[in-house]
Amino acid sequence: MSITIPKYDAALNNYYQKIADASTEDMVLNMGPQHPSTHGVLRLELITDGEIVKEVIPHIGYLHRCFEKHAESLTYQQTIPFTDRLDYLASMNNSHAFVMGVERMMGIDKEIPKRIEYIRVLVCELNRIASHLIAIGTYGIDIGAFTPFLWCFRDREHIMGMLEWASGSRMLYNYIWVGGLFYDLPVGFEERCSEFIDYFKPKMVELNELLTNNQVFISRTANVGVLPLDVAINYGCSGPMLRGSGLKWDLRRIDNYSIYPELEFDVPTGKGEMGTVGDCWDRYKVRVDEIEQSVKMIEQCLNRLRKELKRTPDFDPRSKMPRKITPKAQDYYIRCEGAKGELGFYFMADGKSEIPTRVKARAPSFNNLSVLPELAKGVMIADLIAIVGSIDFVLGEVDR
Amino acid sequence: MSFEEVKLLLTEKFGTDVIIGEETTGLQPALLIEPDKIAEVCLELRNNSSTYFDFLSSLTGVDYGLEANRFGVVYHLASIPHQTQLTLKISRENNRSLDDLPTFPSITSVYRTADWHEREAYDLTGIFFEGHPDLRRILLPDDWEGFPLRKDYKTAEYYKGIKID
Repeated sequence: MSITIPKYDAALNNYYQKIADASTEDMVLNMGPQHPSTHGVLRLELITDGEIVKEVIPHIGYLHRCFEKHAESLTYQQTIPFTDRLDYLASMNNSHAFVMGVERMMGIDKEIPKRIEYIRVLVCELNRIASHLIAIGTYGIDIGAFTPFLWCFRDREHIMGMLEWASGSRMLYNYIWVGGLFYDLPVGFEERCSEFIDYFKPKMVELNELLTNNQVFISRTANVGVLPLDVAINYGCSGPMLRGSGLKWDLRRIDNYSIYPELEFDVPTGKGEMGTVGDCWDRYKVRVDEIEQSVKMIEQCLNRLRKELKRTPDFDPRSKMPRKITPKAQDYYIRCEGAKGELGFYFMADGKSEIPTRVKARAPSFNNLSVLPELAKGVMIADLIAIVGSIDFVLGEVDR
Repeated sequence: MSFEEVKLLLTEKFGTDVIIGEETTGLQPALLIEPDKIAEVCLELRNNSSTYFDFLSSLTGVDYGLEANRFGVVYHLASIPHQTQLTLKISRENNRSLDDLPTFPSITSVYRTADWHEREAYDLTGIFFEGHPDLRRILLPDDWEGFPLRKDYKTAEYYKGIKID
């Protein structure tokens, strides 16, 4: 039983025709899916004229895990482990967004104890640092700098260890639950975390000296892949991509969700220090600056968690958890600032069942990647690597 | 601009037929728009300086269930200068035959975000977007049969002769 109506096949035939035509005049070059600088299983089909890239056709879906289909047959609580697998480098941020959406639909978002909210933000920001460290490290490798990669992974290992201590898992935590947490933080976590912060701060200075202000690195990234702000907005780019183009747009400040209004932090934006606003270096720099801001937030969280929100023997992180999660019949779209940008979940609940009728994940990487054909028009192949790396996508999230 | 003001603005510009209804019971109110007008409505909402919804957050293809035989698309717009959000919905009844997909106008000319999102909606729910520049499948292989997020979808047993467990 296949589709026989010609208009449904027209786009596919056009695409085949385009590749066939390009093969005679230009060269069609496949980059990926197994290519180290595509950061996962992304396949780029390049139509090239010598060294110049005329067109890029991205092919995604190699890591499609049917998230939306799964979510339609599982309860909200059972879906949380699947959200961890979207952006697997920042799993805490994913489950935080998902859980907040469900809590708002249930109307219990105001009842969550402060200590739980602070722990959530603490682990989210730790995870954001880990995600940005990977972005920076692998970006160095794309450009040809090997050392920053090893340094970043060395520091990230501390975060992985701490989050494993809290949740029992290194990458896919299933730690933030609807109405609470899997467990309270282990005893001594706050001390270990502040030890890490003290260790990590000088390491960032070292990293900046090694990579950020490195002349070779600047030459490869400044004025390359310039993304104008209007194009970024029209393509739905968000997160460091959008901020790199010079717009101060951070949902942690705009929507003021969770306890972010109580925290002090800045929103770094691209300023075009080394070239044009919105070039690869700006996007890279925004991530470096965001790590600094996350460190600041973690310090504030730790401070409160050790003073007024200290652990008490009778504190139960599961006390507010609803026994049955059946939201009223409604639609709800929650958006949060994930590590890569605006992470959204759209729920459709029918009010009778514990299973949502439709869940859509709006992944930031999916939209950030869609601007690639626009960015890569007429660049050199070597610059394309720099552009792909500066987008910092995770294929788990692109393909869902 | 509030929800009521947006409604007023649209009815003044396009007449009263453009808004079929509204959903105000949940936390986020939604406007039900006449399906054929959606591209004009989005263009107006994006360009009008009092609304300025310049950011398409998300576009979702929906199958409303076996009894309803109704397919729809949900748009989540956001305005960066005004810091507001708006939900638009379009839907229409259609049969479930693979030769006669529900068809809606594409809004790729207004938001480029819609390009990949509409491809995804076509891929997973089988909604055809008239005027889309390149409506191929995006997440599934080009030769995949059926649309997995439809409520009547039966999981394939074989893919190219390989048994799926």
